[in-house]
Amino acid sequence: MNPNRTLRLVWVYPDLLSTYGDRGNALVLERRAKLRGIPAEIIEVNSDQPVPRDGDIYLMGGGEDLPQTLATKRLVADGGLHAAAQNGAVVFAVCAGYQMLGTEFGGADDMPVQGLGLLDMRSGRGEKRAVGEIVAHVDPVLNVGQLTGFENHQGVTRLGPHARPLARATLGTGNGDGTEGAYAGRVLGTYLHGPALVRNPNLADLLLHWAAGPLPPLSPQSEELVTRLRAERLAAVTTP
Amino acid sequence: MDDNTQQRLRLPMRARVATTVGSAAATVSRLAGKGDGSVIGGIIGLRLAPDLLSLLAAGRQVVLVTGTNGKTTTTKLITAALAPLGGEIASNIYGANMEAGLTSALSRAPDARVAVLETDEKYIPAMVKATQPKVVVLLNLSRDQMDRAAEIWLLARRWREALGSAPGCRVVANADDPLVAWAASSAQQVTWVAAGQRWREDSWCCPHCGAHLQRNGDDWSCKECGHRRPPVSWILDGDEVIDPTGRPTRLDLALPGRANRSNAVIALAVAEAFGVHISQALGELRKVTSVAGRYTQVQRRGCDIRLLLAKNPAGWLEALDVMAPAPTPILLSVNAQGPDGRDTSWLWDVDFRRLRGRHVLVGGERKLDLAVRLEADEVAFKLVNNIDDAVDAALTVARNLEVLANYTAFQQYRVALGRVQ
Repeated sequence: MNPNRTLRLVWVYPDLLSTYGDRGNALVLERRAKLRGIPAEIIEVNSDQPVPRDGDIYLMGGGEDLPQTLATKRLVADGGLHAAAQNGAVVFAVCAGYQMLGTEFGGADDMPVQGLGLLDMRSGRGEKRAVGEIVAHVDPVLNVGQLTGFENHQGVTRLGPHARPLARATLGTGNGDGTEGAYAGRVLGTYLHGPALVRNPNLADLLLHWAAGPLPPLSPQSEELVTRLRAERLAAVTTP
Repeated sequence: MDDNTQQRLRLPMRARVATTVGSAAATVSRLAGKGDGSVIGGIIGLRLAPDLLSLLAAGRQVVLVTGTNGKTTTTKLITAALAPLGGEIASNIYGANMEAGLTSALSRAPDARVAVLETDEKYIPAMVKATQPKVVVLLNLSRDQMDRAAEIWLLARRWREALGSAPGCRVVANADDPLVAWAASSAQQVTWVAAGQRWREDSWCCPHCGAHLQRNGDDWSCKECGHRRPPVSWILDGDEVIDPTGRPTRLDLALPGRANRSNAVIALAVAEAFGVHISQALGELRKVTSVAGRYTQVQRRGCDIRLLLAKNPAGWLEALDVMAPAPTPILLSVNAQGPDGRDTSWLWDVDFRRLRGRHVLVGGERKLDLAVRLEADEVAFKLVNNIDDAVDAALTVARNLEVLANYTAFQQYRVALGRVQ
């Protein structure tokens, strides 16, 4: 990517898919791009607007059952997100948005709903709600290290052969079988909900790398607070 | 023998025993310094008589007050507005708003004919059934501690079902909140209030059919299914209330902020349902200066401190609106204990950019979460460990300090400052 071109961060349907701090992912990507001198802008696209096809990173947040189903139907009808993904854009989705990436998920009253089909996976409803801190080790190939976040969902997700688990959960529920999240190509999703990238700067940088090429490291000063926050959260869940 | 004494004696023996044992437990709890004693009495009473709440509510005129934000303040304002009726009013002023808290409030005030009860959002269906209320107040619905609160579309649906099967009940509802309006529209009698809606991030879409809502100023409508803002009879217009006759009156409240003017207009609409005239009710509302420590001003080592409590993005938005201007320093404080919600994600829904250039102090058990949030919004700040640290920092630039904290962080400061009311 031309270093002077503005990185376009497209936040998909905040009117339907923004339940709890989802804006944080857009803000973290914008900050970490700008600290490296890469101009970036956040484009909010509501569900009554067309999804632009020329974005660099598409972000999808969480949502209740009904908004999740509505958002999926509108995205399929619109076609913009699919076109962008086919052209190699990065897609990052959390929680309900993550489930939508698959071929099927459980909607209101547990009726199966056809998903976006951007990842080879299916989701259904589990027996009990997973609420709490989650820690997971990311697939070493991605060089991201440990994830720390909060999950709040009742989903169970099974991956098909064309998707890889994003991580192995050491605390919390994730996909429900010991794995957490999924990715294929530049499409990546996780059950870490809301502002998942805040406590996981390496994951944010992976997405930026996919979209903008190799990145210089940030100064220790601009990483100090988030490093302390990560250490505090990881210590809080590992010490009794 | 007056009617109240008769009513008390009409309680079955097991209910009388249950209230007596419960209130003894509450007294012990208070004396032991374990809290306000407002829950334990109810829990014990309900264990002895599971239908105690319905027995205690029978024959009284009950008002239930619910919504995501403003429940405690509005409950206090309605209680004040109904003072001209004379006589005692039962109320759970310390915010114990589930079944045990409501039960305690009624058992503590056996002679009160009127009860104004703050009620947790999730408990509305059960409490409507148990108390057969004369009035239910619906303030607003927005995202709240997601790790324990119900999802809000689901909540709106449950309210709608409960109110649709409570024919004797009048609903006083905020017409400017589309989710609230949809929930209330199943009721047979509704007083619609234009109480405003500052936070709109949870109501861009129609709660009935999901289409993106059309909005024009305060007006809203769905072009798909026809759900729209109902015609209102009470209006909050800046600093004035417009009553159902169309007459404007200045509110002149002692409590600060738009949210409290909104709560006050709702209280006036409830007072009207009890036959209390606006001029009498408003006189009482103006006397309210603090609510269980909220908005209280205290002095600490020559520094005037004002305490504000807000628990979620909509509450923080309204609270930041009422902050004194620069150079007054602002202490923001966040915990994530059970009552606060253990998930701090909501901080990313609050827009802090307006604090750029202000003296901002950051405290609470989750101060690092808040620090990272402020850093992303390019707001400079200083970390502090307790209220005295904050006072030291404040005194270097001003003689006063505004404090905004979420629930347990607020209670910790309140205790440190001497359990201020």
